[in-house]
Amino acid sequence: MAVAKTERDYFPYMLLIPASAVMIAIVAYPLYETFRLSFTNTTLSQNYEYVGLDNYEKIMSRRFPEVIARTFYWMSLSVALKMLIGTVGAVLLNAAVPGRVLFRVLVMPPWVIPIAIGVFIWGWMYNGQFGMISGMAQRIGLIDGPFEFLAYKNSAFYSTIVTDVWIGVPMVTLYLLAAMQSIPKDLYEAAWVDGASRMYRFRRITLPLIIPSIATMALLSAIATFNSFDIIWILTEGGPRNATTTMIIDTYKTAISRFKYGEGAARTVMIVMFLGCFTLVYFLLLNRLAKRSPHNAK
Amino acid sequence: MLNKYRWYEYVLIYAGLAVFLTFVLAPFVEAFVVSLRPLSSLFSVPYKFITDEMSFDAYFTMWENVPLLWMYMLNSFFIATVITVLGLFCIIPAAYAFSRFEFPARNTLLGLFIAVNMFSGAVLIIPLFRLMQQYGLLNTYFAMIAPGTAFVIPTGIWLLRSYLVRIPKELEEAAWVDGAGRIYTLVRVIIPVALPGIVVVSITAFITAYAQQFIYALTFNSVNELNPLPVGLFQFFGRQEVVWNELMAASLVGILPVLIVYVFLQKYIVAGLTAGAVKE
Repeated sequence: MAVAKTERDYFPYMLLIPASAVMIAIVAYPLYETFRLSFTNTTLSQNYEYVGLDNYEKIMSRRFPEVIARTFYWMSLSVALKMLIGTVGAVLLNAAVPGRVLFRVLVMPPWVIPIAIGVFIWGWMYNGQFGMISGMAQRIGLIDGPFEFLAYKNSAFYSTIVTDVWIGVPMVTLYLLAAMQSIPKDLYEAAWVDGASRMYRFRRITLPLIIPSIATMALLSAIATFNSFDIIWILTEGGPRNATTTMIIDTYKTAISRFKYGEGAARTVMIVMFLGCFTLVYFLLLNRLAKRSPHNAK
Repeated sequence: MLNKYRWYEYVLIYAGLAVFLTFVLAPFVEAFVVSLRPLSSLFSVPYKFITDEMSFDAYFTMWENVPLLWMYMLNSFFIATVITVLGLFCIIPAAYAFSRFEFPARNTLLGLFIAVNMFSGAVLIIPLFRLMQQYGLLNTYFAMIAPGTAFVIPTGIWLLRSYLVRIPKELEEAAWVDGAGRIYTLVRVIIPVALPGIVVVSITAFITAYAQQFIYALTFNSVNELNPLPVGLFQFFGRQEVVWNELMAASLVGILPVLIVYVFLQKYIVAGLTAGAVKE
């Protein structure tokens, strides 16, 4: 720094005080507290004992491994669909056709509105008696009678995924669209002059250059999906018969609905461990990308 | 020409766009149509998209049937606004520190802030609930504002930092040479120049805060008068006999403010969303 004092400079640390204070109070300390609680049998009352690894043994011996597997299946399917639809959407919106400015504006609403409200609308559409999807399916003759999407294990599972995809797609689309638009135009012109077809240009220029963005977005999207609470809670509260109970939902039910804070905290610690792995992969990825194109590092 | 499409390519692109946008927008169209239909025709079988007696009645009756609707909307707005203001108070100095100063542990600290983004409120709900209980903060606005603030800060720092690094250093140096203090320089020199970046950060923070109030309000608040819109309406959603047309009408009125903000400021919002994406 140009006007740096010769002494150690505390000014930048001072600037970080407000943000750090909030982070310590709302994130760091609660994380530590979760870790501590996970070794106790805390419930509603203020008295508790340390019970060692009891909570962890309890959850590993019961149906929690199943919940973990379900969470990963839910997440993988949802992220795969988001990336697929988002990439196709970005390619379409990137096409230089009349009306594209308007189309780009129209993509975003599911992302900017409160998640819960979007989910209310889906709740109505999944309604079997009177909802749109069941009604339409009956009209075209796909099903004979009304179908209650949220009442059966499989259909409820996939319905929550569809809603999650709907909420996540706009962000993926616009992110990848921005990545595509940052590709220098002369690359395409040069290829065009050389007689490369549109498909060839996409395969050899667009795709390789947006792969890093796709990877980054897939990871961010996986993390967001892993943390997802509102959608499942509003549509099914984890039901029917736990078919949509992910780790987050299971934790919430254990701790907030049944007041078993200790057991809930043990579940949270597992979640944090998974999220930690994702975060690590994310940083490694960013690091590699930054190294590969040094001028983009900042 | 480079961007000239043949006719069948136009057909393919528009057909693709139609399918894509239908998926994105159909729920909103359906919600709007439902809000116009009287209950009796909503529950008619077989399903009809358009019915004869459409009216805006639900938009008037909902205020009587959901007496606190105004409160819910004001609460949502109030909570999101306070989160944005508090967030900025933390974000601006922190982003300034990360963009301008060399200090030990800078990258580690920045990494830690970014890592917070990987968690959600749902992960921290147990200790936060107990803490709020302990300090008697349950059922207050504070209980809904504090966690929201924490989760807008990391993205805000990241966005604003990438904006601030582009402002030439000579600006501050000139101010220092003139004898301005460092806080004074930040407030009177940097902030005015960085205003467009701060606008982007504020909008992003506001929309995030407006969109993600559900779990905190659901868990930390049981006083109906303090509820933000999503939780206020959720009570009606959970009932056996949902007044769907009014619920949809209320939902649409509730999302109208953000949609209006979005239409006018969409350039900034898309910039805020994608700034980190392309150049990180």
